[in-house]
Amino acid sequence: MNSQHSDTFEPRITAFVCNWCTYTGADLAGTSRLHMASNVRIIRLPCTGRIDPLFIVKAFERGADGVIVSGCHPADCHYTSGNYHARRRFAVFHDIMQFLGVDPRRMTFSWVSASEGAKWKDVVNETVANIRELGPYEAYRALAPDAVEPWPEAVDGLTPAGDQEPAAKEVAS
Amino acid sequence: MSRIGVFVCHCGENIGRTVDCAAVAEALKDHPGVAHSEDYKYMCSDPGQALVKKAIEEHNLTGVVVAACSPHMHEKTFRRACDQAGLNKFMCEMANIREHCSWIHEDREDATAKAIDIGRTIIEKVKHNRPLEVIKIPVTKRAMVIGGGIAGIQAALDIADGGHEVVLVEKEASIGGHMSQLSETFPTLDCSQCILTPRMVEAYQHPNIKLHTWSEIEKVDGYIGNFEVTVRKKARSVDLDLCNGCGDCWAVCPSKRIPSEFDAGLSNRTAIYVPFPQAVPNQPVLDRENCTLFKGRAKGLKKDACGKCKDACLKNAIDYDTEDEFVVEEVGAIVVATGYKLYDVGREQPEGLKGYGEYGYGEDPDIIDGLQFERIASASGPTGGEILRPSDGKEPKTVVFVHCVGSRDIDKGMAYCSKICCMYNAKHAMLYKHKVHDGRAVAFYMDIRANGKGYDEFSRRAIEEDHAEYVRGRVSRIFRDGDKLKVWGFDTLNDEQVIIDADMVVLATAIRPNDGVKELAQKLSCSVDVDGFINEAHPKLRPVETNTAGVFLAGACQAPRDIPDAVAMASATGAKVLSLFSTDELEREPAVAVVDERTCIGCMRCALVCPYGAIEQREICTVDGQVCGHTAYVNPGVCQGCGTCQAVCLSNSIDLQTFTDEQVYSEINALCMWE
Amino acid sequence: MSTVVDATATQDAAARQPAEVLAYYPGCSLHGTEPEYDESLRAVVEALGVAIAEIPDWNCCGASSGHTTDQLLGVALPARNLALAEAAGFDRVLTPCAACYNRLAAARLAVAEDAALAEQMPDILGRPFENSVEVLGVLSLLREAAADIADLAAAPRPTPNPMVGAKLAAYYGCLLVRPPEVSAGDDPEQPMYMDEIIQACGAEAVDWNMKVECCGGAFSVSRTSSVLRLGRAIVEDARRSGAEAIVVACPLCHTNLDLRQRAMESRGEPRIPVLFITQIVGLALGLEPEALGLKRHFIDTEPLLSDLRVRAAQRVADEKRAAEEKAAKAAARAAKAAEAKAAQAADKTGADAPADAGGDA
Repeated sequence: MNSQHSDTFEPRITAFVCNWCTYTGADLAGTSRLHMASNVRIIRLPCTGRIDPLFIVKAFERGADGVIVSGCHPADCHYTSGNYHARRRFAVFHDIMQFLGVDPRRMTFSWVSASEGAKWKDVVNETVANIRELGPYEAYRALAPDAVEPWPEAVDGLTPAGDQEPAAKEVAS
Repeated sequence: MSRIGVFVCHCGENIGRTVDCAAVAEALKDHPGVAHSEDYKYMCSDPGQALVKKAIEEHNLTGVVVAACSPHMHEKTFRRACDQAGLNKFMCEMANIREHCSWIHEDREDATAKAIDIGRTIIEKVKHNRPLEVIKIPVTKRAMVIGGGIAGIQAALDIADGGHEVVLVEKEASIGGHMSQLSETFPTLDCSQCILTPRMVEAYQHPNIKLHTWSEIEKVDGYIGNFEVTVRKKARSVDLDLCNGCGDCWAVCPSKRIPSEFDAGLSNRTAIYVPFPQAVPNQPVLDRENCTLFKGRAKGLKKDACGKCKDACLKNAIDYDTEDEFVVEEVGAIVVATGYKLYDVGREQPEGLKGYGEYGYGEDPDIIDGLQFERIASASGPTGGEILRPSDGKEPKTVVFVHCVGSRDIDKGMAYCSKICCMYNAKHAMLYKHKVHDGRAVAFYMDIRANGKGYDEFSRRAIEEDHAEYVRGRVSRIFRDGDKLKVWGFDTLNDEQVIIDADMVVLATAIRPNDGVKELAQKLSCSVDVDGFINEAHPKLRPVETNTAGVFLAGACQAPRDIPDAVAMASATGAKVLSLFSTDELEREPAVAVVDERTCIGCMRCALVCPYGAIEQREICTVDGQVCGHTAYVNPGVCQGCGTCQAVCLSNSIDLQTFTDEQVYSEINALCMWE
Repeated sequence: MSTVVDATATQDAAARQPAEVLAYYPGCSLHGTEPEYDESLRAVVEALGVAIAEIPDWNCCGASSGHTTDQLLGVALPARNLALAEAAGFDRVLTPCAACYNRLAAARLAVAEDAALAEQMPDILGRPFENSVEVLGVLSLLREAAADIADLAAAPRPTPNPMVGAKLAAYYGCLLVRPPEVSAGDDPEQPMYMDEIIQACGAEAVDWNMKVECCGGAFSVSRTSSVLRLGRAIVEDARRSGAEAIVVACPLCHTNLDLRQRAMESRGEPRIPVLFITQIVGLALGLEPEALGLKRHFIDTEPLLSDLRVRAAQRVADEKRAAEEKAAKAAARAAKAAEAKAAQAADKTGADAPADAGGDA
């Protein structure tokens, strides 16, 4: 694991995107063969309204150096108003994260529509460049217990990562 | 223990060029819980799908991950294959290594590593997938149409002709709407009533159409396929079964000076009245607000002040003591066709609008709006079709038509174009010139918008054959000057001021959504736009649907529409409703939220954020039937699966199937296990 | 007695608007061609308990000649006056002249909307400038005080309010309503706020058509014929609508309609006096015509004023007589009722009773 602030640092970025606008926009970037940095891993959700702020805390805890949240433009939400809820939620969350000592530049919030493949590329590249400059983020990684089973098996009725989840909540509360 | 099969697709060269597919398959083979992993050139081809099916059987797989293209591309394909092989199709997921990997990266090593990561993420998600069943919703094959104008009539007829029962609800005493008020229609100048009244009668007599006139929507419950609509049948005071429409009642009514809505205030009617001679049903209604008897009752008179109509009725059809009646109609689909009203220029309105006070509309009787001109030009109108001005009944020798009064100027009214005015102004100018040969018709316009079949030819005809004078510019002021109306305007093409001494002025006032549309939209969980028109689900691809499944839009409730547009929309809603009614049960993806009643605390925050009103409160009872608490309940028929409720749940008691917390946290865990 | 009532009402008005002293920017017209506007304004604000203080060392607002010559000059000239008012600690500046109002408000808006210009201003003016002073027109001030005006106008006093029943045409012209961005009025095409003040005075604001038409403004000298043509249309429409006077709030409008009206008439039509809104309010508040500069007009206001006074006296006399008649009738009715009651009592108690009752009376 490279903790040095150097040219070889490759940031790990998790993107939480909505299924209807940004995921499709990222698909369009693909069909348009728009080349971009390979540091972003996308998690597809139905709507930005579905994104629990704890997902972001969890991502930082599990080793992400940066997070992108992106959905439909205001007034374009597939579900009418999910993105408005998300916008309000993240406006507050943004401040909490700052209070908790996370540099707000590690979190990118953007609207990328299904027709904005090029914008998605820009969001990805800019975020990667920003995080590269900020260096790795390790403060929260210490919060995760060392002996985490890397690939836990699902146990019916239980959250498999149940050990860490409350920890994440404490952090956010 | 999961036994997951991983299938890595080369997509010909599309993925294989930048991603080492064999290496991906090899790397994922050792991922915990993976029982089988292989790569193939075209996984979506028949042999590729056969590989998946074969592996499911051979390895008794509990889940399938196809690392290939976007789920928007082939998720359905592979889920179907799994289904055919006996694996629940919701146990299959796509890992997008084409659009999100091979196509956007050049470095083979990087891309391969990323593809492995994506594969691991989806494998971890699939470990937590649960077998789900598609949701089946029974369909009540009966439709409701709200609004009995031309759009509503057309929609009702199309659905009824398709063999399904239709409930047609109309606010006024008769169906027909604004089209029944028109004299002639553009661009053919055929008589409006001549083409409309047969449709009205057809709707009235259709065995599949049930008509509620003088009725409004009180409440809408339920969801697609299963709506329960409460209709308020306003007290009509006339028994429609007994009444034969003879007219004895209105002949004796003493209140004869009530402005007629049908004639746009240009003539008077009685308190008990039939809106117009061709009304359907052709039976009167008693207007209680203006009736001597009811006014007396409202004042608290002990003895009824009148009763002449009841005495005159030989069929004994009049009953002063009827009350509003509520009828619950069960329907599977709803068509909204509530139409428009005209902008009341210069007056303070509930929406805070007020503009063009300087035009004197409503203050001078000879300054009228387009609908009033229609009535003056109509053979059934107050002047019998002669063009006579309202103030003194003289034939106006100069008529000024003003376009865009309230339209296309946000400072003076609405920002949008009302669409029909250019055409009806051309029609008015022609009708006027056809009847008053020595008259002068002057039209002040911004632009001529005549974009329909035969429309531009029509407006050119008004100018070239009927010699209507078109002046490009706005009117600044209209005021009375003795016998004349002074119209001050500006001709922007000649760059000069124009002053016209007119005998009558016709204002093309803007089209606005009808009264009560906003409230109706709320009852239907539909949204309205800034101008108050009901929002369609998609402006291009779903123009007659709304965001509420099973609710459709026809005509001017969605935006200003002319008759051909309204009829086309109506028939489109007819097709939508008929296709909905073509199956006994609707199938829906099980991507809906479910509540864990064991932990839900009943705070109902979820219901506050739900855009669909899908969440309701349920009582929890003890064994002996005592209410001991409340929990939320998600109606799977209404839920669209956005998951907004889940993110606000304080007790983690609501979960969105196919995107559960388990699944998402597993993905996050997997994603960040990068080495 | 009545002066006491007036004084308390004035005190009330003063108590309701405590302490604020408005900066006063008279502009050149009020010191030159239209001193009656200045006099009547000062008299009215005093009666309403509004304190004003002239801005020291004020300069030209730059109307017409200034702002048509150079845009920056057109902003800097009025801005200097605003800066002076600001330095003297005022929050609002009262500008009776419509042209001054327009220039000051336009300059304030221009500086507020243009950060680069705002940065330049202190340098140009040679003094600090925060653009913090609001610009207030006379009509806005009087509309704020409309309730006080209505109370004072209706208060009883020895000479009755001559404005009651007077038919007045509220003439706004152009600068009070245009451009809408700097206009303090309501609907720029169909303004009503001067009409409301006229109604508060007890007078009737006639409905007419020319309230926002141009009077010719500064062309009074350079193109008099145009001014006559435009002014004629305004005066004729006012006459047709039955107005007894035209009411203005702009010195330029006043000059054109008052000074030029004689040249407008073609067949010896009766001339219509043109009064400032402050004069109307002053008369309604019971101020003396001399204090309001009513003798300074070219069109004699005296016939109108005496007519209004006669009508007011007549009205008061009529009201008094009606009240007296009503009281007399009521007294008669009461007497009759008492008589009947007494007669009834007499019937019951016997023949002696009427004599007793008479003795009591």
